[in-house]
Amino acid sequence: MYSKIMVPVDLTHADRLERALQLASDLAHLYNAEVIFVGVTSPQPSKVAHNPQEFAAKLDAFASGQAAKRNMTASGHAVVSHDPAVDLDKTLIKACSDTGAELIVMASHVPNVSDYLFHAHGGRVAEKAPVSVLVVRES
Amino acid sequence: MADETTNQGIPAPEGESDIIDTEYEIGQDNIETQIGPFGVDIHNPVFLVSGLVIVAFVFYALALPEQAGTFFNWLRPAVTSNFDWFFFGAADLFVLFCLFLIVSPWGSVRLGGNEATPDYTYLGWFAMLFAAGMGIGLMFYGVSEPMSHFSTAFGGTAVPEGGGARTDWAPLGAAAGNEAEAVRLGMAATIFHWGLHPWAIYAIVALALALFTYNKGLPLTIRSAFYPIFGERVWGWTGHIIDILAVFATLFGLATSLGFGATQANAGLNELFGVPTGATTEVVLISVITAIALISVLRGLDGGVKVLSEINMGLAFLLLIFVLLVGPTVAILTGFASSLMAYVEYLPALSNPIGREDVNFSQGWTAFYWAWWISWSPFVGMFIARVSRGRTVREFLICVLLIPSLVCVLWMSVFGGTAIHQVITDGFTGAQDASLELKLFKMLGELPLSGITSFVGIVLVVVFFVTSSDSGSLVIDTITAGGKVDAPVPQRVFWCIFEGAVAIVLLLGGGLAALQAMVISTGLPFTVVLLLMCWAIFRGLLTEAR
Repeated sequence: MYSKIMVPVDLTHADRLERALQLASDLAHLYNAEVIFVGVTSPQPSKVAHNPQEFAAKLDAFASGQAAKRNMTASGHAVVSHDPAVDLDKTLIKACSDTGAELIVMASHVPNVSDYLFHAHGGRVAEKAPVSVLVVRES
Repeated sequence: MADETTNQGIPAPEGESDIIDTEYEIGQDNIETQIGPFGVDIHNPVFLVSGLVIVAFVFYALALPEQAGTFFNWLRPAVTSNFDWFFFGAADLFVLFCLFLIVSPWGSVRLGGNEATPDYTYLGWFAMLFAAGMGIGLMFYGVSEPMSHFSTAFGGTAVPEGGGARTDWAPLGAAAGNEAEAVRLGMAATIFHWGLHPWAIYAIVALALALFTYNKGLPLTIRSAFYPIFGERVWGWTGHIIDILAVFATLFGLATSLGFGATQANAGLNELFGVPTGATTEVVLISVITAIALISVLRGLDGGVKVLSEINMGLAFLLLIFVLLVGPTVAILTGFASSLMAYVEYLPALSNPIGREDVNFSQGWTAFYWAWWISWSPFVGMFIARVSRGRTVREFLICVLLIPSLVCVLWMSVFGGTAIHQVITDGFTGAQDASLELKLFKMLGELPLSGITSFVGIVLVVVFFVTSSDSGSLVIDTITAGGKVDAPVPQRVFWCIFEGAVAIVLLLGGGLAALQAMVISTGLPFTVVLLLMCWAIFRGLLTEAR
């Protein structure tokens, strides 16, 4: 049913993605699909990396680590955004078509009142993406 | 400075560059928490200290308006008249340093590594740096400043009986009674204040930040440019103070400009549409500008700031072409060439730091301007740095220094030239006699379709304020988040609203003039900061691949 599953990851908080990672891995095994980890970075240095190249290398390392740990096929897909705080959803949706993913598994926080003012990324991606989106509550 | 061996493990950006291997991790001093329903990610202590200091100064200005007014209105002229030689010398040095870098071998160093590609097209990039840099000033001073220098130069010099310092405000030796020479000197003096020198000031800050962010891998915040000087200490209080000062100057610079801008826009609206003047209209104007800026902030760098900058650039260009075509076209075009030549001819004398006889002009105008541009430079420089990755140093300096200077010459020639032409040829002194905020509209009033062009003028004023406000919020948020450009959006919203609120409080409670004087006074410490930045740029470029 699915051959490519896209999983957006925030490398700064990779430890908070456990449920989404597990679900993506379960689905990948079920459908014999490849998992593509998508990471979005700014051109400026961040906590994770000094530059987009280092970010891409760390994302690849993360993907290889997950592939080995969960015994699946996985790769990294790094995208540079001029303003990730605002353009994250748009960038992720574009990455979905660029990678040809057929399903997005995405971690999201439990909504609170702030979501009325500032939409949650998971919600927005689910609203706009051309493929099915599985939004996973992490806490 | 890092060497090849310490770089192991960190891939260089696109192509070779010299990453600085520091222990510091971006965001390590940040507080990441929830305030109510909102997640925040702010630098400790830069966010808190700068926020509290700003609130304290607002209270001071409101509680003791006379004392604050007296102090800062003494401080500002004291700074610009006692240290005029320092401002002059430093600004000249910045221009020479930039010109040297353009022709030097280091001009080919690329920001972001030697194979990096630019983030923005020339048009989008140029529109943003121009809108942040001086868009609003051109609207207010495009007519008034050439007119003012022309009038004082034509009036000649005045020395009090018994000798002493000159009491006139004419630049250099004036051009008493010589109309043609007064025009040339007036235009040269105006272009001097809006040409190479201010853009060199911005370029130094922008280049230092871009170099240390994109090539050295340090966070995008003012302190990073001081790494070659202070080493690891920039991550401690030395750096905190630099960043806090930058936030302080940026927020007060924006808030006081917004306050004064609202007063000026109100006067324009009153003249054109009979909108009542007063605090209510001004508060509404600040709120509207802040609200539009908020929308822009929420739409981000590409969807907000860039789009607005391009719209404004297009509108300003149309207005320029319109005035050029329906105004005295031949006189403007010959005036452009003649102004440019006059600028080149008078530049050495105008930029001379010592032994000046035109004290009122050199201290009251030039030193004031230099302090003003320098106090704005952390904000504009950081914004320019953010959008300039992928350019070579040479390309960067040509586009940040030479092209904007030429655009300013053109703008001043068209708007100032038309107004002066109206005085000389038509005997119309409406623009000459009007108050600062009305000069542009009086000049446009003499041309066809003045209803439309004046409306475009007001739209330009408002949108230029919006672009300053939203790019300012981005800059302040990045500094107060320790160089993180992806901190939660509510923080930008906070700074944008805070800036509007400070402007409204100061407007209603008094204290705008006092705090603006204070901002200009911060130009003095920042001049030292900029001189250190020149050294840092030089050190930084030495280790880069050319």
